[in-house]
Amino acid sequence: MGSVLGQAWAIAAKDVLLEFRSRTAFLSALVFTALVLAIFNFARDPTAVSSVDLAPSVLWITFSFAGVLGLNRAFTLEKENRAIDGLLLSPASRTALYLGKTAANLMFVGAVEAIALPLFALFFNVPLLGVLPALLLVITLATVGFVAVGTLMSSMAVNTKFGEMMLLVLVLPFLVTPVSAAAEMTAKLFAHRPFAEWAAWLKLLAAYDITFVVLCTLVFEFTLEE
Amino acid sequence: MRSIDSPEIGCSREVPIVSAQAPALEVAGLTKRFGHVRALRGVEFALGAGQSLAVFGPNGAGKTTLLRVLAGLLKPDAGTVSFGGERLVRSNAAHRRLVGLISHHSLLYDGLTATENLMFYARLYGLAEPRAAAARALTGVGLQERGSDPAGTFSRGMVQRLAIARALLHDPEVLLLDEPFSGLDQHAAGTLRELLGRLRAERRTMVLVTHNIDEGLELATHVAIQVAGAFASVGAKDGDLAAYRARYAEATADG
Repeated sequence: MGSVLGQAWAIAAKDVLLEFRSRTAFLSALVFTALVLAIFNFARDPTAVSSVDLAPSVLWITFSFAGVLGLNRAFTLEKENRAIDGLLLSPASRTALYLGKTAANLMFVGAVEAIALPLFALFFNVPLLGVLPALLLVITLATVGFVAVGTLMSSMAVNTKFGEMMLLVLVLPFLVTPVSAAAEMTAKLFAHRPFAEWAAWLKLLAAYDITFVVLCTLVFEFTLEE
Repeated sequence: MRSIDSPEIGCSREVPIVSAQAPALEVAGLTKRFGHVRALRGVEFALGAGQSLAVFGPNGAGKTTLLRVLAGLLKPDAGTVSFGGERLVRSNAAHRRLVGLISHHSLLYDGLTATENLMFYARLYGLAEPRAAAARALTGVGLQERGSDPAGTFSRGMVQRLAIARALLHDPEVLLLDEPFSGLDQHAAGTLRELLGRLRAERRTMVLVTHNIDEGLELATHVAIQVAGAFASVGAKDGDLAAYRARYAEATADG
């Protein structure tokens, strides 16, 4: 187990270092996030719908699509010089490869979310401080769920003709559950509803995470068959 | 399983038990199809420790496919690959550790420095001191002065040398080489020839795919001509090198 985690860490650290050096996907995701928030902010009619009502949907649309931009790069960078062959030739287990890629994607999406959240509060004038711990829990659980599935789908989509578009097609059906649950909980949090009203969504999200992290880890090696 | 301690690379490796009689590498009835194309058709050969097979053939003969199957990167439709009498199981990490591959592609990350690339692979192979292993490998291919430069800034020949360092980093028992001299200048080619000669003296087994018949014949103990997925001929090299050149010329003309 120690060697699996060590190998996973080596893969995650390598991915993060490569992204840190190029910053291409990170900057694309950030620009996309800022644009979506700005457009939604200026396009809405504040007299028709209040910002608190609109904010949860906007937040999760932004996080989801910015996240998909990040997921795309996970295996695209292994296509360069067929580096994926080097990974598959090595004694690193497929589990380590999946966990490493998932960890790197979590760091990437987490970093985008960390910058997007204050921007979101600024544009939509939503008071985050009171609900921040609960909101961070929701964001963490939803992000783990969609990154776990997205990493698997990214490994499948990368060798297809329209890889980036294919990833969206593959991953969107699986995003419905975590994103709907997260948006529902975010709406309850912004409306200061009691925990009992969103506890069921939280359990659903936790169950989704456990199920898909285990399932994706188990089936990942089959996506790498040539 | 027996354990081999390799002080030179500072790692402890698990390799399968081999019987004294078992060939280091044995291939039987290897077949691989891509749609209607039969890339491998019943390929068979056996090599002992320290022996090396040069495979010649026209473009599209299935030479690279053969190496990818031997490396465990491709699953054959039929047939077996055995190392030291033990059948290759692709999910077995100890088997993957036995093989080093120098391919058409470098398998390196352009955004990482030469040292970072090698340290990354050293960690995946579980080598005890990744930085020291990377430094030794860089020295082995004469790139010790360029360790902190990104691989993306290297010339084709330097990339090839770095790819060789990557393939040899974990001290593999079986080395698979796909056009290893491609892109190398005369000096670098000489260094590689010397290195491969040393590895053969250390009783490493090698399979070499090349279009350069003189380089191949110089390094090989066995020679195969591959045409349309099948070995048209295979056997120990004899003294009549002109006959090999003629057969290769004939195969490429037909191919």
